[in-house]
Amino acid sequence: MGLWEILQYEFMRNALAAGIMASVACGVVGALVVTRRISMISGGISHAAFGGIGLGFYLKFNPILGALIFAIISALSMGIIKEKTGISEDSAIGILWVTGMSLGIVLISLTPGYTPNLFSYLFGSILTVPRSDLIAMLILDIAILLVTYMFYERFLAVSFDEDYAEASGIPVQYTYLTLLLLVALTVVILIRIVGVILIIAMLTIPATIAWQFSYKLKQIMIISFILSVIFTVEGLWLSYMLNLPSGATIVLVSVATLILSSALKRTLRK
Amino acid sequence: MSEEVIRLENVWVKFGDHIVLEDINLSVRNRDFLGIIGPNGGGKTTLLKVILGLIKPTEGNVTVLGNPPEKSRRFLGYVPQISQFDREFPATVLDVVLMGRLGAKGILRKYSSEDIRVAEEVLESVNMLEFKDEHVGRLSGGQIQRVLLARALVTDPKILLLDEPTASIDEPTKIDIYELLKELNRKVTIVLVSHDIGVISSYVEKIACLNRRLYYHGSKEVEGEVIEETYQCPIYLIAHGFPHRVLRRHDKKDSREK
Repeated sequence: MGLWEILQYEFMRNALAAGIMASVACGVVGALVVTRRISMISGGISHAAFGGIGLGFYLKFNPILGALIFAIISALSMGIIKEKTGISEDSAIGILWVTGMSLGIVLISLTPGYTPNLFSYLFGSILTVPRSDLIAMLILDIAILLVTYMFYERFLAVSFDEDYAEASGIPVQYTYLTLLLLVALTVVILIRIVGVILIIAMLTIPATIAWQFSYKLKQIMIISFILSVIFTVEGLWLSYMLNLPSGATIVLVSVATLILSSALKRTLRK
Repeated sequence: MSEEVIRLENVWVKFGDHIVLEDINLSVRNRDFLGIIGPNGGGKTTLLKVILGLIKPTEGNVTVLGNPPEKSRRFLGYVPQISQFDREFPATVLDVVLMGRLGAKGILRKYSSEDIRVAEEVLESVNMLEFKDEHVGRLSGGQIQRVLLARALVTDPKILLLDEPTASIDEPTKIDIYELLKELNRKVTIVLVSHDIGVISSYVEKIACLNRRLYYHGSKEVEGEVIEETYQCPIYLIAHGFPHRVLRRHDKKDSREK
């Protein structure tokens, strides 16, 4: 069955729209995360967001809103822990990661009755994205693009050379927190597509591939956006044809491409 | 005597129980060209960061151009060690040089055509303009050093602080860089730190030795025992068999009058 046939279904069109919007966030923020080498912090933030999803279930409000709140709080505390406590960043990430997950699991187990779409938050369910979520994703995308446009030069300077940036009078700490906030927003957008557990893949794989072939940050953003769209469509189509879970299929398609591109890069270098 | 631009009084820096800088007193005057030498781990980078206000001294006072260092940052040009960079980081030569202009801009302001013009002009002056769109991580050590120097110069600093500007580059390139610095020294004060006492001695005008404590002698001729005390190893290991006056002037022409 061809792609156009699949797109006759409204849920498929919504899935495609969701995939494209997620790719915008993935491309732009993924490039910043990967070149700054903070992939694991992003993993920590996404898993911490699961605590918010649990809270949403327990207190009966939209779990995505809970995820947004938890992602933002964890992003801010990630940035501050490094400065204020003696805990190493590495351990702090791990602690945040498991605290969020455990909190989510406990809150959900306390929630009376059956929680039907718990799995969709863990592993994503691009096929059941409601219209309201599409609108929320669009708003978050616009926020991400706007903030990235405004802070682009500062992100570049602080990621390249933090000491110099501080010595030259750039507010390094605020710039870093702003970047982590963007990661938090991206996490929330991606929860619908691949779920909290697989987010780190979507944030890092397209940007890693793009970085293999470009040394300009803007280019890396654009290439990883395009790659991310391709992976989403490809994964979506494969999962539909072979009746596989969509989020995990999208991730596997990305990983396979990364392996191929790394091999290609090695051959080109020789 | 020209005015004092940097003053450190009884400065101590401790990280936990570890003393990195011990009771440092230093006075740098306008248009000095001061070389601070010392072994790795002797606190050279820390000393520069104290002058930049990046590290707060545990005790003591730092004054730069009459103010606390944080207030004087826009007059300082900083050239950090190149070894600390991620060579893969996606930035072009022009991107890096423009970073120098960023701190002085208001928050959220973009680069103006003036910024780009100044950046290109400075790149031209260090002979790196033709590389402006190249990936900075792919350049040679000497070329990166020039780019970082250009980044420090785009703000038109009064004081240049350089951390190991000749580490891991070959002798002819070292001489190029020192020639460039000598030229710049007509207008700006230069403080550079290095563990490499080879070429440094024929260019700097004053030398200090740093190994936790600072041994400042004002003139370039440093007695053998000072260096021995600084490095804590016999002098001939460092100076290739000149037991005394290792840093003697190579010839009379060097002593340019101010």
